[in-house]
Amino acid sequence: MGFNFELLEKLVSVYGPSGDESLISATIRQEIGEYVDEITTDALGNLIARKKGNGKKIMISAHMDQIGFIITDIDKEGFLRFGNVGGISPDISLSQRVIFKNGTIGAIFSEPLEKPSERKLENMYIDIGAKDKEEAEKMVGIGDMCIYYSPFSHNDNVVFTPYLDDRVGCFVAIEALKRLSNSENDLYFVFSVQEEVGLRGARTAAYGIEPDFGIAVDVTAHGDTPKAKRFAVGLHKGAAIKVKDNSIISHPSVRNSLIDIAKNKNIPYQLEVLEFGGTDSGAIHVTKTGVPSGVISIPTRYVHSTVEMASKEDIENSIALLERYLSKKH
Amino acid sequence: MLLKRLTEASGVSGNEKEVRDLIMSSLEGYVDELKTDRIGNLIVHKKGSNPSGKRLMIAAHMDEVGLLVKDIDSSGLLKFMPVGGIDKRVLVSKAVTIGEKKLPGVIGAKPIHLQKRDEWSKVLDIDDLYIDIGATSKEEAERQVSIGDYVAFDTPYSEMGNGTIKAKSLDDRVGCSILIDILKSDIDADIYGAFTVMEEVGLVGAGPAAYQIKPHMAIVLEGTLCYEIDELDSHQMPTMLGKGPAISLIDRTTVYDRNLREQVVKIAQENKIPYQFRKTSMGGNDSGRIHISGTGCATTGISVPTRYIHSPLSLISKSDYDNTYRLVEAIIREFEKGAI
Repeated sequence: MGFNFELLEKLVSVYGPSGDESLISATIRQEIGEYVDEITTDALGNLIARKKGNGKKIMISAHMDQIGFIITDIDKEGFLRFGNVGGISPDISLSQRVIFKNGTIGAIFSEPLEKPSERKLENMYIDIGAKDKEEAEKMVGIGDMCIYYSPFSHNDNVVFTPYLDDRVGCFVAIEALKRLSNSENDLYFVFSVQEEVGLRGARTAAYGIEPDFGIAVDVTAHGDTPKAKRFAVGLHKGAAIKVKDNSIISHPSVRNSLIDIAKNKNIPYQLEVLEFGGTDSGAIHVTKTGVPSGVISIPTRYVHSTVEMASKEDIENSIALLERYLSKKH
Repeated sequence: MLLKRLTEASGVSGNEKEVRDLIMSSLEGYVDELKTDRIGNLIVHKKGSNPSGKRLMIAAHMDEVGLLVKDIDSSGLLKFMPVGGIDKRVLVSKAVTIGEKKLPGVIGAKPIHLQKRDEWSKVLDIDDLYIDIGATSKEEAERQVSIGDYVAFDTPYSEMGNGTIKAKSLDDRVGCSILIDILKSDIDADIYGAFTVMEEVGLVGAGPAAYQIKPHMAIVLEGTLCYEIDELDSHQMPTMLGKGPAISLIDRTTVYDRNLREQVVKIAQENKIPYQFRKTSMGGNDSGRIHISGTGCATTGISVPTRYIHSPLSLISKSDYDNTYRLVEAIIREFEKGAI
């Protein structure tokens, strides 16, 4: 099956910072509606789509929220001050464009500083080109959030764009769902909220679902660029099967099941031992009496920047691996 | 006056009994159910007509930051550790009370005359401080104090200026006091009140409280940081005294539900209640545990701006207290109508 990058491009471009995911939720709901039996939204906004089956209950979680900025103040001259929503870097944010839910576009800049090391979000601001506070308030309110606004690009090998984290995970889950015929398993596809601020959505979703197994699909870091910190994961080497990160040690039964499938079906894979970070499985696996869980990761360079880059082959292989895992009897 | 008694009670995290007992006695006859759960939270239910059948939880934490005795030295001086986020620069020469009997003590340190020049510009470490209870030997001290005793600041409640209240532990006795006022009012609403324990050491009580109540919506009442001086730009002042209740946007523990926040703002506007936004993403409160309990719920954080929190004394404005009460009451009425 060809690479449906139109869908990926659409997914990365829809607004949905942590805590305000309604637009991306509606987009995904529309995309998957005909492939599932039930769709619900819970109190925090998780989109939960069930494809019924008689076997084990499997929760697949890909987070649909994005890192971004929240407006905390509008000054007399109409400049916006902000706090971070998730892991925002001041250096990466300088001179980026941002976009609000209503389409307002702004530019992030910083007060003049003696040294670049003094750059902190507190001394940066967003300029939306308003002439004064009154005009700014017509465009943006305190508490509004914005996200990076930067184009989607791709070539034969890679895609690069903001927000592969974790719209590429949503993409992998959606494509796997579309390719599934009848599954032995009772599948709950969760497009979770608020992962970037602390795995919050996956926690409440898992509590409601009580799955037998949990699989998160998310980006992971890379170790294959000039002088990168040593890390065995790189682009074009296959879907990454997580061994551990800071939120979870993958359950051996899930990890080994993924490895066996990859070997048997000749799906290229790599093992991921990540010494930082975490994803939805970290919340799922400690829900109620515990849920054996694992993660399929898409190796991604420059995570949390506007040029997150992943390999088309790796994305394809991640879809294939997830689809096989979900089809198999557990 | 209730707020006076609440702030003068000792309730360092893990030792909330005195505060809890005071709240229980002040609520007697005003609520339908009242229980202390196994971790120490006081959970009360005030029944109302509740046509929607939904559960509203209102939370305020009973505990305060303070100190804990960890050792008694041979001369009868007490060594201690902080409980919760204490700024160690505020400790020297403060009056404290120790244990249930409220034994008076003073936090002591080396006099300035004996300090070396380079010590003048340094903050004394907690290990360089001690509590002096006037004992002259370890034995004498041990007759009055034991390791593990809690230490609270000794600050009498008073009022100053034009309607400013000065007291210790307004974070979060002010929230407790407003919640008590709500529960004692004649409002016809179904409310679960949670007076939680150990918020200051990691939001410990709120999770178990929410787990029991299973709320559909929660209001978290707080005393929150307030800092406003001339040199600051407007975005650097988290809240301002006298400008009304502060509505939370985001903090380390919660991205507050946007729809609920917008409704709260609308309610404030319709009722002509002054309000402000809490303009910092620092800090956290019980909402962090409540909103992700079970299958989750929408929460709103509403705070009385409180200057000098986490220190021996803090300040609030009476008008902020009154306006916070009015806002919470108005939210409850809308909830009861099913409008939220």
